Amino acid sequence: MSGAAETTTDPRALWEEALNSAKLRDVDFTTLSGEELKALYTSEDASFDEERDLGMPGQFPFTRGVHPTMYRGRLWTMRQFAGFGSAAQTNERFKFLLAHGQTGLSVAFDFPTLMGRDSDDELSLGEVGQVGVAISSLADMETLFDGIPLGEVSTSMTINGPAPILLAFYIAAAENQGVAPEAIRGTVQNDILKEYQAQHAWLVAPEPALRMITDMMSYCAERAPQWNTISISGYHIREAGSTAAQELAFTLANGMEYVRRGVAAGMDVDSFAPRLSFFFDSHLDFFEEICKFRAARRIWARKLRDEFGAKDPKSWMVRFHTQTAGVSLTAQQPENNIVRTAYEALAAVLGGTQSLHTNSMDETLSLPTEKAVKIALRTQQILAEETEVANVIDPLAGSYFVEAQTNRLEAEAEAYFQEIEERGGVVPCIESGFIQSEIHRSAVKYQRAVERGDKRVVGVNCYTEEGDGPPEIDLHRIDPAVEREQHRRLGELRSTRDEKGAGEALEAIRAACRDGSNLQARFVAAAHAYCTLGEIAQVLREEFDQYKEPKIL
Amino acid sequence: MTERRIRVLIGKPGLDGHDRGAKTVASVLRDHGMEVVYTGLHQTPAMIAEAAAQEDVDVVGLSLLSGAHMALFPRVRDELTARGKGDVLLVGGGIIPHDDMDSLEGDGFAKLFGPGTPTTDIATWIQEEMEKRFEREGEEA
Repeated sequence: MSGAAETTTDPRALWEEALNSAKLRDVDFTTLSGEELKALYTSEDASFDEERDLGMPGQFPFTRGVHPTMYRGRLWTMRQFAGFGSAAQTNERFKFLLAHGQTGLSVAFDFPTLMGRDSDDELSLGEVGQVGVAISSLADMETLFDGIPLGEVSTSMTINGPAPILLAFYIAAAENQGVAPEAIRGTVQNDILKEYQAQHAWLVAPEPALRMITDMMSYCAERAPQWNTISISGYHIREAGSTAAQELAFTLANGMEYVRRGVAAGMDVDSFAPRLSFFFDSHLDFFEEICKFRAARRIWARKLRDEFGAKDPKSWMVRFHTQTAGVSLTAQQPENNIVRTAYEALAAVLGGTQSLHTNSMDETLSLPTEKAVKIALRTQQILAEETEVANVIDPLAGSYFVEAQTNRLEAEAEAYFQEIEERGGVVPCIESGFIQSEIHRSAVKYQRAVERGDKRVVGVNCYTEEGDGPPEIDLHRIDPAVEREQHRRLGELRSTRDEKGAGEALEAIRAACRDGSNLQARFVAAAHAYCTLGEIAQVLREEFDQYKEPKIL
Repeated sequence: MTERRIRVLIGKPGLDGHDRGAKTVASVLRDHGMEVVYTGLHQTPAMIAEAAAQEDVDVVGLSLLSGAHMALFPRVRDELTARGKGDVLLVGGGIIPHDDMDSLEGDGFAKLFGPGTPTTDIATWIQEEMEKRFEREGEEA
């Protein structure tokens, strides 16, 4: 053979030559977040020390999972987020979900509730019961959990600005069922920092909001030790348009800020850090998502142990809930959303999630119908029961690609932590709009990539169908009568309660706002006095500074 | 091509906090040479109409993903009319069922854009509509 002297026999060089001379598909080989990907990962790309960087399941740094047994011990909790219309309607949906094998409850509230407004507030017009259930007082909370024993279920409530008030309603409802706060289990999202950054349901300015959170952490450490006081959430950051690395970075930066605040308020880090949990998005980039979950566990463990000096291993653990990506769903050919959701759910499970919500196929059109919700729940059950993926813990560990991406995401998050610190910390980065701008930039960049066709979306910019008209699927609509009925209920409540007792409870809150004593206990007392959400929130709006959105465009 | 720049107000009525779409569309319209004012979140219909009047915009685009569109969109239209701005090109988008899109389009809204609409299509549509309007204004003048 001629030219044999120049021909290499090194397999890697041969492969590179083959790759470089081949005709490749004319597409962007990047992650969903726009990160360049190599065609192949080898041991050269993935440097990791098994003991230091991965550890064993249930052991520091928890890269491989927070429990020694993972899904061999117990499957993840299938927790479908639900809430619409009136408390009575959502109570029925909860009972439907429990009857079909769901193992935990998760409450979605409407925008008035999320913003601390009663259903009959002028600003609530048209919003009552629309994106979640309307809860304006303890009476509504009692209806919501009628016939559901609060000592037995665990409940997650997606509520932030007014979270301390809604938790107070829940505690009071449990007490009225004869269940002590010590026995309730569940989570309030209560992650106010990401509200300013992404989800935008706040009550007051960051500083007083953070004080209410430390009051709640301190109250729960003493009275409701099984309650998770904050679910530090990347979900809304991602849905607002961030990349995977930004979701990871901003979420953990927020988490560290809560830890700093708790410590600054005089609490021992191990008295509250074990009750912090997390909530992430699971988007369509299968491997990037799995690596994000693994990186989150490792970063948090290192920070809590090495920087905050936590001694209790529970303080080091990222226990998290996952929801599949609402933004990945399309209004076109909506049945395809079942498939998208299934892949996202698989990523969450391979990433070691503790609980999971799978979206319904019709959510780009309206609230989900019962049929669509059932398919979404069945998607998880098929994953758990038929695919055999729950048998082996962290099955992708050691993959060159997976370890390289896990390292890459950790490094990107660290770079953001440093930048946030240089800019004065999380609160100044919210007030200046830095974090919001970063998210917005990523959202616009992605939208442009879709419109150029660099990122493909089936049914939207490829494989579209001629005459893709309105999809023929049933829609779930909220009857405007819900709003009228809520007005009637609130009128009745205000005319039948002990008005003097309600007034005194509100004044006790006002006094605590001023003298710095713990607000959480006052909220529980006000709940029992049937003060409404709007009345309590109004005292807080009067006593505390308001938040003003920075202009970022 | 018209000399005059198209002036647009992007409004978020109600308590809905979803602003990804509104802000993305605002950025894209700006890239297409329009002057864009974004109201920020949690605006009442009156606040949006007031801003539209003060900024003297040609186009008002509303975004809502909370399901309150049938209650709030027509109110914005009424508040605009009350301020002598009933002639703006009124458009909207968000999570809005097709039946509602149809009924709003028959009730003062020029166009509703659903999820998945390319933002450049929105920009082009607005440009074409406004050019027709500017031409009409030119003929009348």
